[in-house]
Amino acid sequence: MSATLTPPAAAPPTPDQPGRDGPGRSIASIPRWAWALGVVVLWVGIWALTKGTDTLALAGREHTDVQTSLGRFRDDVLAGRADNPVIQLTYDLGAWFTSVVDWLQRMLSVPDFPRPVPQVGWLGVTAVATWVGLAVAGWRIAVLVAASFVSFGVFGYWSEAIDLLIVTFVAVGVSVLIGMPLAVLVGTGNRAVNAVTNTVLDIFQTMPTFVYLLPIVLFFGIGAAGAVVCTLVYALPPIIRIAGHGIRNVSTTTIEATDSAGQTWWQRLTKVQLPMARKTIVVGLNQTIMAALSMATIASYVDGPGLGQPVLDALVKNDVGGAFVPGALIVVMAVMLDRSTTAASEYSEMAARGGLDLRLRRIVLAAAAVPVLVALHLSRTYPWAAELDDPGWTPKVADAVDGFFEWFTDTFRDATQAFKDLVSAVLLNPLQSLLSESPWWLAGGAILALAFVVGGLRAVAPTVVCLGGLLYFGLWHDAMVTLNMTLVGTVLVMLLAVVLGVAMARSRAVDVVLRPTLDAGQTIPPFVYLIPVLALFGPTRFTAIVAGVVYAAPVAIKLVADGVRAVSPSTIEAGRSTGSTRWQEIVKVQLPMARASLVLAANQGLLYVLAMAVIGGLVGAGALGYDVVLGFARSEEWGKGAAAGISIVLLGIMVDRIARAAAHRSGAPAAR
Amino acid sequence: MSVATEKETAAATSAESALSVRNLWKIFGPRADRIIGTPDAQLSRAELKAKTGCVAGVKDVSFEVAPGEVFVVMGLSGSGKSTLVRCLTRLIEPTAGSVLIDGIDVTTASDAQLRDLRRNRVSMVFQHFGLLPHRQVIDNIAYGLEIRGMKKKERRAKAEEVVSLVGLDGFSHSYPDQLSGGMQQRVGLARALAGDPSILLFDEPFSALDPLIRRDMQNEVIRLHRDLRKTMVFITHDLQEALKLGDRILIMRDGEIVQIGRPDEVVGAPVDDYVRDFVSEVPRSHVLTLKWVMREPRPDDSMDGPVMSCDTIVRQAAKAALASEHPVRVVEGDRVIGIVDDDAILRVVVAEEEAHQ
Repeated sequence: MSATLTPPAAAPPTPDQPGRDGPGRSIASIPRWAWALGVVVLWVGIWALTKGTDTLALAGREHTDVQTSLGRFRDDVLAGRADNPVIQLTYDLGAWFTSVVDWLQRMLSVPDFPRPVPQVGWLGVTAVATWVGLAVAGWRIAVLVAASFVSFGVFGYWSEAIDLLIVTFVAVGVSVLIGMPLAVLVGTGNRAVNAVTNTVLDIFQTMPTFVYLLPIVLFFGIGAAGAVVCTLVYALPPIIRIAGHGIRNVSTTTIEATDSAGQTWWQRLTKVQLPMARKTIVVGLNQTIMAALSMATIASYVDGPGLGQPVLDALVKNDVGGAFVPGALIVVMAVMLDRSTTAASEYSEMAARGGLDLRLRRIVLAAAAVPVLVALHLSRTYPWAAELDDPGWTPKVADAVDGFFEWFTDTFRDATQAFKDLVSAVLLNPLQSLLSESPWWLAGGAILALAFVVGGLRAVAPTVVCLGGLLYFGLWHDAMVTLNMTLVGTVLVMLLAVVLGVAMARSRAVDVVLRPTLDAGQTIPPFVYLIPVLALFGPTRFTAIVAGVVYAAPVAIKLVADGVRAVSPSTIEAGRSTGSTRWQEIVKVQLPMARASLVLAANQGLLYVLAMAVIGGLVGAGALGYDVVLGFARSEEWGKGAAAGISIVLLGIMVDRIARAAAHRSGAPAAR
Repeated sequence: MSVATEKETAAATSAESALSVRNLWKIFGPRADRIIGTPDAQLSRAELKAKTGCVAGVKDVSFEVAPGEVFVVMGLSGSGKSTLVRCLTRLIEPTAGSVLIDGIDVTTASDAQLRDLRRNRVSMVFQHFGLLPHRQVIDNIAYGLEIRGMKKKERRAKAEEVVSLVGLDGFSHSYPDQLSGGMQQRVGLARALAGDPSILLFDEPFSALDPLIRRDMQNEVIRLHRDLRKTMVFITHDLQEALKLGDRILIMRDGEIVQIGRPDEVVGAPVDDYVRDFVSEVPRSHVLTLKWVMREPRPDDSMDGPVMSCDTIVRQAAKAALASEHPVRVVEGDRVIGIVDDDAILRVVVAEEEAHQ
């Protein structure tokens, strides 16, 4: 979701700011890490004495009053369906989305009674998609599109794949309809408008995908409606933010120059601002499509149609082989969509620059339309063109994958087990007992103190509010367990990010090899990451953590690499001229000067790992994620599930705000 | 360009002015409009900033520009000259005062009137060009015509005429980023000319260019002015440029007018040390006219020397004056108003030689 993250320029080391912002440097010269250490030592000391008391652990079937009333709220909403105008409106909207998706499905992916097949069959859809690829992005993309569509068919997931595309594109369409006017507002509006939208979008983007599902399903119902709404809500922020940014950054000289020619507001928007921001707007569209795809797969959890369903079914059964093929097809689809939109933007730029022979292009497209029409006709007429025979490859592949992982886990059991044990013994277990076995007042106080130490005064208020919220919603203990997984995952992410990021920044060869892999990694929906990790570590909290690390690593590594690379070469040269070793150069020059990027990478890492820790509830990660899952499964647990959802959001906001405050102190822009 | 005398008389009456600026103020900051008229308005820029948090960009500026005149506003960066020129078409909204263009009050114009004024009467050329990177040169030039609603064929034909006027032949279908800085500014110039405005505003148009290209472009402007006789308001921080192009020069400092005058007046009679310091490096023989070096005629003066107009620049007069044994008689119309002898000429030229050593 963050291919466009702009790394902050390496901040010059800030001189000691005499203390208006927290303790740190102000009280004598005790460094910040010593304060943090002090807090932890004190925490451990009190923990040893009070361990196990007031932990606010809630047994399986227990509910707090707040949770019960949340459940009642849901019952009221459901009961009010008949006469509450708000709920009627949302249900009408949901019904409308359902009918749109349903119509498209009957056109493209499911039998349209009384036909035994959809209106347009396999061959026709593939031909049309290929032609569109040719028209917007050239023949290479057309080949990619054709290959992708064929792969959906031959592996027997044709209708699921097309369903996923339908949900994705309906949601993207609505996102653009809503998002572009808002982007214009953000891009042309005053500061107050920007501040408000930024805050709202920040909160949206802090929320792990999973959390959207519960409330949306309540108001819009399950199935296609809920899936489309979740997807569109999740896909909306990138287009608003990135397109708005592009419009706002159009050169002021050009705007002034064209204003001076006497243009109207509308002429300025359509002839100057939008064309000049086109590239950035397309990047926003790309991000929106990728976000939509990743949410649309997760929406299978609320019975949304698409490729997510076979993955989910297999995941809950711990059937790695079964999840592999649909998971791989999701990756194929992600790569196809990402490459097509990127290439389309380059292609249109080339066309606008006269780099293409437009007449030739028109002739080619017209000529290519003939076989497409023939294919359309065939696919409506002959069964062989309407439905692809399943050659039965999928079960074979599944068996092969199962076999491979069996062999792999057998062979490397000792290694994976040792890694798991090491991380558990060194990080996971000690921190977990400290966080979750401390009395709530101790853990809360310690978190607040640490927030103050790393983030200064700026971090205190959000931390207090979020901790208070966690207490109120009554899932303190589970929240601490989830926080533990998130923190441990983030530590691992940062280890990876620093090692690989520095390597990438210092060696061109490493960068050339690693960067495309990371780029590809960022386009894959998080859901898919669970599959191979599940194979290695089984249904445990450890799977969620490792999947989170894998999910968060690309963005963090790239941020660190770009930050280290941005350190001015003359500073490094100056260091070298004083005779520093390579190690000294990294530790004393490059990393400190890239501090802002490190903090930003940690911030992103935290949020990504948290998102995954929650999805991990599906595969035995427990804690808040499991509470949400249970809330879906049993209606009497709905209140608790909702409380867990809100608690996840509070956790996310808390870690995000602390990290931002820390970034602010180290001079990083609070950009994301 | 030295038809300054008849212009001066024209400039005196604002009814005939192409542009008339009266008591124009621009103060940036909160509640800026409340400052004008209070004693605070008289504070210096730094004091005003300290007291109210507002910054005075333009302070009580008034001047008239005659039709066909080249009026240069000169000042260092931060002197408020760019703010001033933007206030003329309300790209920056002035805080107080009035601007009249062809007798139309710009400051009270409605949005539609203002648009009409910008489309048809005033065009502007910018320091950083402000071209549209996604359009070919020809469509950049035609932009002003396009937003007036002119049909594509017609506006392209019209733009094509301007292309050759500014020496862009053969570049119509290039994109701006394929051109050098000088060529890009020619596009900016062409865009401003395409709408056939009566006034052209230039905001430091050549500051971003190399010295040689800058000189070319200055000559281009002089040529265009000679051919088209448009009124021009030219902003610059370069005194040489101001002296070269300007019929009259307005020198600004901290948002205020320091001096308005013809180039020879600014060099020959600077009003204060600030201006004097500014013009101290200028080769005076290139700017001063005979008026500034002549003495009263005496009865014993020879009547055999050459006759020259009092507007003749010293350098141009020097050769003839030194070649003749008799002093030059300086005339205004038919009347002899002064005498310039070799000494007077040499004083200017030699003083300048010394100043440059």
